[in-house]
Amino acid sequence: MERILAQAPDFFTPGNVGLLLEAAGLTLAMTVVGCGIGFALAFVLVYLRQTPGLWALPLRLICIAYVEVFRRIPFLVVIYLVLFFIQTVSTDASLFTIAVIAICLYAVAYTADIIRGGIESVPQTQVEAARAMNLGRLQTMIHVVLPQAWPVIVPPAIAFAVSFIKDTALVSQIGVFELTFRGKELNNQGFSGILVFGTIAMCYFILSFPLSLLGQYLENRLATPRGQRRARKLRRA
Amino acid sequence: MPHLAVSGVHANYGALEVLHGISFDVDRGGIVSLVGPSGSGKSTVLRTLVGLTRATRGTVEIDGDVIDYRSARAIRAARDRMAIVFQQYNLFQNMTVLRNCTLAPVKIKRRPRSEVEAEARDLLALVGLADKADAYPDELSGGQQQRVAIARALALRPDILLLDEVTSALDPELVGEVLDTIRRLSDEGMTMLLVSHEMGFVREVSNAVVFMDAGRVVETGSPAQIFDAPRSDRARDFFGKVLRH
Ligand SMILES: Nc1ncnc2c1ncn2[C@@H]1O[C@H](COP(=O)(O)OP(=O)(O)O)[C@@H](O)[C@H]1O
Ligand SMILES: [Mg+2]
Repeated sequence: MERILAQAPDFFTPGNVGLLLEAAGLTLAMTVVGCGIGFALAFVLVYLRQTPGLWALPLRLICIAYVEVFRRIPFLVVIYLVLFFIQTVSTDASLFTIAVIAICLYAVAYTADIIRGGIESVPQTQVEAARAMNLGRLQTMIHVVLPQAWPVIVPPAIAFAVSFIKDTALVSQIGVFELTFRGKELNNQGFSGILVFGTIAMCYFILSFPLSLLGQYLENRLATPRGQRRARKLRRA
Repeated sequence: MPHLAVSGVHANYGALEVLHGISFDVDRGGIVSLVGPSGSGKSTVLRTLVGLTRATRGTVEIDGDVIDYRSARAIRAARDRMAIVFQQYNLFQNMTVLRNCTLAPVKIKRRPRSEVEAEARDLLALVGLADKADAYPDELSGGQQQRVAIARALALRPDILLLDEVTSALDPELVGEVLDTIRRLSDEGMTMLLVSHEMGFVREVSNAVVFMDAGRVVETGSPAQIFDAPRSDRARDFFGKVLRH
């Protein structure tokens, strides 16, 4: 304990704090960009997976296989697969890019099921009413299904992103300068592990806590169509 | 030539055949009512007409042209001409009454929004809901939602209106209002195919009544003939029960 207190002034130098801030920013950026793109692609995947007709059977199978396979692979393995695959096709891809791609691939598989659940929660009769008035499949999705599916999709999707902030620690394994990587570096410089990783732990908490709050806020706002409406009315008033 | 001609239509849910060869005609400007016990396939007939349930055999013709339900384009063309009002209304829960009515005309028929909105407000006034344009479906009673569903179908400017038990969820005093609306539409010459248990009303407005049972048409005739002198035991039995209470 004394050692920790003694080291603190040396540890919390502007240089080290700057490094940690930068690392925290990197962690947040990887998560937000990776999960954001992953989320958008998951919509595309779910939509393609619903393509009707015999000709689309291979497409549907690919979509199903993708989700089932990626959900069964450890994230660390995905990271290495992306790393080695990207390195065979391009030598100048940054580690950050590789990390974002890995996060993205993983997020697609996990959020696809969340999105599918949300879409399936909308009664089929709503879809039939839309189709009967000639709305196409995409228009029905955009105007009728998704607006009603949001309340079911958003809370678990944000919860996924929040919990993923900590899983991004695994990309330190390939040398991305994110929080955990910096932690290991500072620890190797002789700083107390408790001091270093205690600080790192705080950083993760500070990153994810506001996001959890955002998630809760959205969950309350979106909880029911009536809740959405109340929010709109309040804003109008 | 009949405006709508249904002949020998079969339809399945999964492996189960529920329509075993349905045939009837509707003349332009005419009102034909489908009546029969629940589960006899009345809703399925309407669903088949708009391509929500696939006919496995038989043909549907509009003005003599056979609708090829295997072709997406033909289904779109058919849906352009027939609008369906569902038994459970199926209003879009995420949008206001007005937008329920304007969505398809604006997005699909690409008509100018201001024109469509003005027309939709007129239609809402027609069904007695002018003041509910900005309400959401779950703020309305069942009867009000039902009338919105009628206005929404009319906003599509169909040739043929398909109405599935539009009075079954209504309070008695509202039944009159909805029936008035239907009567007014019939005066204006709208062609209608009607599923209803309001036998008094069916008798008053219909040009022809089709009595169905267990996926088959048992009898077709004028209202007087079907209600007063049914030929089949099945119809006699059914109307005996329905008309008595
Ligand atoms: N989605 C469905 N899946 C399976 N069977 C159905 C479905 N909808 C209706 N049926 C069956 O089809 C038959 C006809 O139903 P329906 O057309 O709704 O009758 P009606 O409108 O005359 O009451 C009934 O036996 C009903 O149980
Ligand atoms: Mg029915």
